[in-house]
Formats: sequence, C-alpha cells, structure tokens
Amino acid sequence: MHEMALCLGMIDLIREQQASHGFTRVRRVVVEIGALGHVDPHALAFAFEAGARSSPAEDARLEILEVPGRAWCMDCSESVTIARRGDPCPNCAGYTMIVEQGEEMRLKELEVV
Amino acid sequence: MCGVCGCGDHETRIEEEGAGRAGASMKEHTHTREQMTESAPVVRDDPAERGTLLKVEQDILGKNNAIAAHNRAHFRSHGILALNLVSSPGAGKTTLLVETLRRLSGELTMAVIEGDQETSADADRIRATGVPALQVNTGRGCHLDAEMIDTAFRRLHFHDGVLFIENVGNLVCPAGFDLGEAHKVVIASVTEGEDKPLKYPNLFAASSLMLVSKVDLLPHLEFDVDALIANARRVNPGIAVIQVSARTGEGVERWVSWLGAARAMAAATA
Repeated sequence: MHEMALCLGMIDLIREQQASHGFTRVRRVVVEIGALGHVDPHALAFAFEAGARSSPAEDARLEILEVPGRAWCMDCSESVTIARRGDPCPNCAGYTMIVEQGEEMRLKELEVV
Repeated sequence: MCGVCGCGDHETRIEEEGAGRAGASMKEHTHTREQMTESAPVVRDDPAERGTLLKVEQDILGKNNAIAAHNRAHFRSHGILALNLVSSPGAGKTTLLVETLRRLSGELTMAVIEGDQETSADADRIRATGVPALQVNTGRGCHLDAEMIDTAFRRLHFHDGVLFIENVGNLVCPAGFDLGEAHKVVIASVTEGEDKPLKYPNLFAASSLMLVSKVDLLPHLEFDVDALIANARRVNPGIAVIQVSARTGEGVERWVSWLGAARAMAAATA
C-alpha cells in the first residue's frame, strides 16, 4: 500500500512547515488528489490516521479535494474531461489523448494552532 | 471516506455485470477547489482555538522526485541508460532479464538492481550470468523509491552501460515512484488477462514499452494479444509493443534493438 509512503511524505512536509512556522499542532490537512492518479483516497485517509500518530498532525482532519481528470484529445484538438484512464474521448469516442490534469498529489494547506 | 462532506467511499466503484463503465455513477461525486472554498465551512471543535491557515502547495512526492531527478542527472553524466522494469508478480521479469543479460554479455556493460520484498533469490539468478547485481529488499514496502536506487547505485560503481532496475512485482505502487530511469518497461505475460492495462492503467500509462512475455505459450491459451495491445493503447496511445519469449528467444532480437535505440537516444540527448 503506497498510500502509507505518501502519508509519511506528508508528515515530513508538515514537520518542515512546523520548523519554519513554529506551530504546536495541525488541526486540518488539505490535500489535492488527481482523479487519474494512483492514489485511493480511502486508503490515504486510513493510512493518514495511522501515519500521523505521534506527529504534529495527530488527530488532524484530512480533507481530500479531488482534481478532475482532463486530457487533450489529439483527434478533436480539444481539452476534454475524463473520469478515469482508459475512458474514451466524450466527443469522438477515440483514445488518442494526452492527460493534462488529474495526476496531482499536493499538500495544499494546513490549519495550525 | 471523503473528508469534505463525509460522503464515504466514493472511490469504491460497484459495477454490475453488463452495466459496463457507464455504471460508475458513484464516481460522479467530486469536489472541486471552488466548491471547497465556497460551500464547505470549517467546523471548529473549539472556537477559542482558531487556527491559522498555512498555504503549503507542495508535491507530496516532492522529496522522491527530487532524488529521482538527481539520479537521472547522475545516470546521464555517467553514460548510463537506466530502465525500470515493472510487472505483476510472475510475469517473467527475471527470466526475461536473465535471457537478455546472456544475449548481451560481451556486447554491453550491464548491471542490475533487484527489488523484492524478501530474499536475494533474484539477485542470485542474475549474478549467475556474471552481471553484477544488488538486491534491495523493501520489507513491507511494495515498491522501490528513488532513495533506495540512489543508495544501491552508489555501491555498484557502474558507468557507461545499461542499468536494469527490476521493481517489486506490483502493478499499482511502482507507477507513482520515479526512480530516475530513462524509461519504464512494463512486462505483461499472456497467462494474465487481456484487460490488465485497463485494470491497472497508471503503470501502463507511465511505460514507454510493453513487452508481451511468454508468447511461446500462446498455442495452449485462449489469449487475445491484439486485445491486450488495444487495451494498452487505450491508456497510452504511444506505447511501443514487442512480443517476446525468453524460452524460445522469439522477439528477443527486437527487444535488443529497442535497447540499442534507447541507448543511442540517451547518449544523443545527454
């Protein structure tokens, strides 16, 4: 389960923020996760609960914002929305597309006290 | 569970037989950034303890990606073509690799980094060919990461050749972890399902080449190679495909040609 590795990466980033901003603890963690990426939000939330123990983010609320998938259809010369990889272009039903958005994995903001 | 409204498990997709991909209605529930800031108020458990909002905006895999970039630069400056071999367990990565090393020994300088959760069995098989190999045991980890490759590479003392990195047999996790390789090469065997690229799209989307392995078994199987290739191109229109058999040697020359072209490309753009 690579979501645990991602959570540990998040905790590292949070500790870096703590070192530069000097807060006591984190109440809320906001992350952006792309719909076309390889992260399962449910597994991420589960891993975060375990991974944040004994860290400044222990008991923090994890908010996951899903970034919708967008791809450039080379046949339509147009940017289209796709729900997941392997889905056809909604206009031409073709698959000649380049993913433009939806692979994000960003720690967006923290609410700290 | 969705952390925004507690709507629960919206990533879990339940598709009935015959409903096809259009049946994925649970997926419709999403939150955009705008919805988030406008309509989801922050519930404060203790009003006296009003939090401060810190904008972070950092990639969660930033640390891995930075080490991968360092590895990539290092490989380039040392004349190394690094390939990240990925597949499900049992697709025949090690067997194909051993055959490739045998075929190219004397022509090319090669080294191997083997990733497995446990045992050094695969590195032992590689070393039997005379090619230096390092085994990285990830323990409970399900993938190699850039730092493991950095550490292993320092111990190889290797330059001017091809570095094969055999990842942990897993079609999910290795997709997200850049190791600094020039290309990911995915191996899909004909004893698996033709729909593997659709079930695990991220890894196929991230790979430059798909090796269809164990093709000597095709006469004994009901396996549609064209369907597998069509599925791979649904998630990655530009993926190259070579059909190989480590047992009969079929397709190995084409794979060797691909390696040569990849080496030339890496050298030309170094």
